[in-house]
Parts: sequence; structure tokens; C-alpha cells
Amino acid sequence: MFKSMFEIVDEPIQVEEIIKKVTRREAGAITTFLGTVREWTNGRKTIYLEYQAYKPMAIKMLAQIGKEIKEQWENTEVAITHRVGRLDISEIAVAIAISSPHRKAAYEANEYAIERIKQIVPIWKKEHWEDGETWIGDQLEKVNYPSGEPPIIKEGN
Amino acid sequence: MITVLLFAQLQEVVGKERIQVDASELTVTELKEKLKSKYNIPQVDQVMTAINEEYALPDDLITSGDIVALIPPVSGG
Repeated sequence: MFKSMFEIVDEPIQVEEIIKKVTRREAGAITTFLGTVREWTNGRKTIYLEYQAYKPMAIKMLAQIGKEIKEQWENTEVAITHRVGRLDISEIAVAIAISSPHRKAAYEANEYAIERIKQIVPIWKKEHWEDGETWIGDQLEKVNYPSGEPPIIKEGN
Repeated sequence: MITVLLFAQLQEVVGKERIQVDASELTVTELKEKLKSKYNIPQVDQVMTAINEEYALPDDLITSGDIVALIPPVSGG
């Protein structure tokens, strides 16, 4: 049974399925991270979110993150699914599951994965507020791409 | 012909999901200049660019048939 480890889906995310993808006999730990839709941001009420992706490239970038993790933390397995379309409050936008023989690597690699998603994966979130709508970019209040340089180093360069 | 894909706010500002640019060869910077003069794309200099689904440098060459994506700051997760 082979299922893709990196997916962009339109339907609700089934967390059990993502955990199953990384479950294996060598693992002594599986960490999961779920990114969910928050109702309040700095006093402003969200009604729902809309996510858009450049799907083929987003899948490639998720796979790139998986590759980076395996280079940095030995013997890890990584599965990431991100949902697109309309999401209501508390629905799961992203699920990351990582297995490793010992827990430290699974914890660390999981945090790395979500940070990298916010840097390199072409997915955008539109907030539909009580009083308007905004495409969100630049969540960290800094310019993402100040020098015009790509956020990943191309191989062979 | 070069196809340029637009996403998020860029799609809404321009009112299209894709633009066809009639050119046989140009750099990423040259393409951005061309788009800037023709469409009112906000902060095009801060937008990342991908050529055929790979992040590109400003001096990278785009040739006819390539699919370019303009990628504003991402906000997944």
C-alpha cells in the first residue's frame, strides 16, 4: 500500500491516515502537529478562511521539506497534508506527522517542518473577517523575499 | 509565448489567473519590468518567481513555453 507522503487536498484532513503513513516498527515516537483555524486575531473576528495553493509546486516544496528533514534528522519519516478551499473555525488546515526511533528528533523535525511551510510552500490564506477580507502575506512582519533570492538553494549552484 | 500564473492578491488585482506574454527569451527581472508597465501589480519587486515550479533568481532566463509563477509572500500553515 503506497500513499503519497505529501498532499494538497480539498476535503477535510483525516489525521489517522497521516499518522499511519509514518508508522513503522523502528519508530519509538510519532509527533503530530495540526494547524487549525483560529477565530480571533488581535481582537479581530474571523468568520472563515480560504486557502489557495499552486498545487504542483506546493507538493514539490512539501517533498523538499521532507528531504531537508531526512538530511538533518537521521531515520525520520515525514508526512504532510495541507488543505485548500474554504475552512471554518477549528478545522484543520495542515497536518504534519513525523516518526523517529526516539522522541527528540520527531519533536524538533516537526517544528522545523511548520516553519519551512511558512517560508517556501506556495500556499496563501485569505481571512474573511467579520468586517472585510484580506489576503495574508508576510505573517512574520518582515519581508519574505527582500533580496529577490529564492528561499532554497538550488542544487548544483 | 510565456505563461505567467497569478495567485492570491495578484490574481484579484489583475483580474486574471494567467497572463500570456509574447516573448521568446527574457530574464526574470525583464519580465517583471514588462508586467509592471502593463499591469498594476503591487510590489512586484517583492514577489518571488518560479520557473516551471522551481524558485528562480532575478537573472535566470525564461524562454518561450515556460510557465512562470509570481509568488507573493506565502501564508500556509
